[in-house]
Amino acid sequence: MKRTVPLFIAAITGFVLIAADFVPYTQSWGDTAMIWFDILAAVAFILGGANLLRMHLQKISDVRPGWGYSVVTILAFLVTLVVGLGKFGVHPAEDFPNHPWSGDYIAHGGGFWWIYEYVYLPLAATMFAMLAFYIASAAYRAFRAKNTEATILLATAFIVLLGRTYAGVYLTGNLPESLAWLKLNYLTDVIMNVFNLAGNRAITIGIGLGVVALSLKVLLGVDRSYLGSDREA
Amino acid sequence: MNRATVIWGMLLIAGAAYLLVRVQSVGNGRVYVQRVEVQPQAAPPAEGEAPAAAPAGWVRYEPALRSSAGEEDIEVSIPRTVGVWLAALLTLCILSFLWGDNPFYKLAESVFVGASAGYAMVVGFWTGIVQNLFGKLFPELMRASFLPGQEGEGSLVYIVPLVLSVMMLMRLSPVGGWISRWPLAFFIGATAGIRLVSYFKSDFLLQIESSIVPLIVMTDGGLNWQESLKNITVTVGVLSCLVYFFFSVEHRGAAGVASRLGIWFLMITFGAGFGYTVMGRIALIAERLQFLFSDWLWLI
Repeated sequence: MKRTVPLFIAAITGFVLIAADFVPYTQSWGDTAMIWFDILAAVAFILGGANLLRMHLQKISDVRPGWGYSVVTILAFLVTLVVGLGKFGVHPAEDFPNHPWSGDYIAHGGGFWWIYEYVYLPLAATMFAMLAFYIASAAYRAFRAKNTEATILLATAFIVLLGRTYAGVYLTGNLPESLAWLKLNYLTDVIMNVFNLAGNRAITIGIGLGVVALSLKVLLGVDRSYLGSDREA
Repeated sequence: MNRATVIWGMLLIAGAAYLLVRVQSVGNGRVYVQRVEVQPQAAPPAEGEAPAAAPAGWVRYEPALRSSAGEEDIEVSIPRTVGVWLAALLTLCILSFLWGDNPFYKLAESVFVGASAGYAMVVGFWTGIVQNLFGKLFPELMRASFLPGQEGEGSLVYIVPLVLSVMMLMRLSPVGGWISRWPLAFFIGATAGIRLVSYFKSDFLLQIESSIVPLIVMTDGGLNWQESLKNITVTVGVLSCLVYFFFSVEHRGAAGVASRLGIWFLMITFGAGFGYTVMGRIALIAERLQFLFSDWLWLI
């Protein structure tokens, strides 16, 4: 019951949706399933939020090192949640002024928009921007033109980096017309549209086959890792 | 206290002093907005009914340029000014990690974790639960409250995701948590079924179809050597990369040569990918620096 029924549910759902894609009348089933998928994902966020609260409250309760940061996390979580769900500072939609809750939850000027614009967005963008330093640092330490393959990789990265910036245009902009093919922006275009296209196409074909194989493994019950362990309540 | 801490402490104090002087002299970081009075129109009365009173209006604030300060209807927005300062300080807190792990970074990281989780839940609630689920199950109620502009009729089929959602929430229950595996199985099965077909079409068949191109391209009765060379290179590249990925044949002889050529193509692909990733991150850091120096400090 605990493990067999889910296997059947996964298999039936999957194979029905595969078959539905080949029948014109049932082709929209896939779209409907994706909407259900979104609904379940939204409910899964509730589980995630509850888990986050549980973990951090446990840390605070045990007065573990760094518990103060858990207080900050919970406060940030609850404030965002309350402001977003309560539509704080959101006016009704102009077309429906008699419906006080009709405004968009992320309407410009609202509380949730403020949190998104001035807290979430700067933090997310800076976090990802930091990777520039780490990628550059890791590349400096790890990249060595030790053999042909590494040299090709290095040279390509160098050309693409320069070719996609003004520096590349500036450095090779004065080359005569007969040597125009050596301009960095032209070389970058050739790399991206020919060599990179070929490599990516082969990788994409591999990914396609990989997804098909993995999906079949899941639907046929060969891969059951999503069910977790037997010891769960 | 070691020397590095003293130096960084002095730099921080100097930076704070500079900010204070700059705020006093220039007033940087302020956000100007324009007041726009919104007066919505009353809905047209139904036949035989008296026209309804016009609903109460409100004020909307549109972003305004810094240079328009002092003009009519232009004012400083306190919430947005506080927001810019908060965003700048949070940005600096995250960037401080380049110096090393420190309390400012941990504080900003904690805010990020909490705000991200809250953000995801709010978006999921309004789009997934209210719009997609309640909008289909209780269309009249939703039209009267949250979604007055919603069109279309309800659908009782959406009881299924409602039941699955309740089953998923059983995960929070101390007993019967295994019931949450059923919606999870639906989730996994639906994803596998949809992705199997869509990936097979887009990542396998379409890519092969795109690779079947004429190796000799003739345009206007003559040989287009550029297009021909491009097509030959792409075809050779795709085939050689696929030979490299094909492990059922030992990579010796002709297969070895093809696979080695495939590795070179892949190295070019990875190099280009690396260059693009670095470029993307640099663009992000440039955008953050622009925010700091332009929106916050008004230096550029």
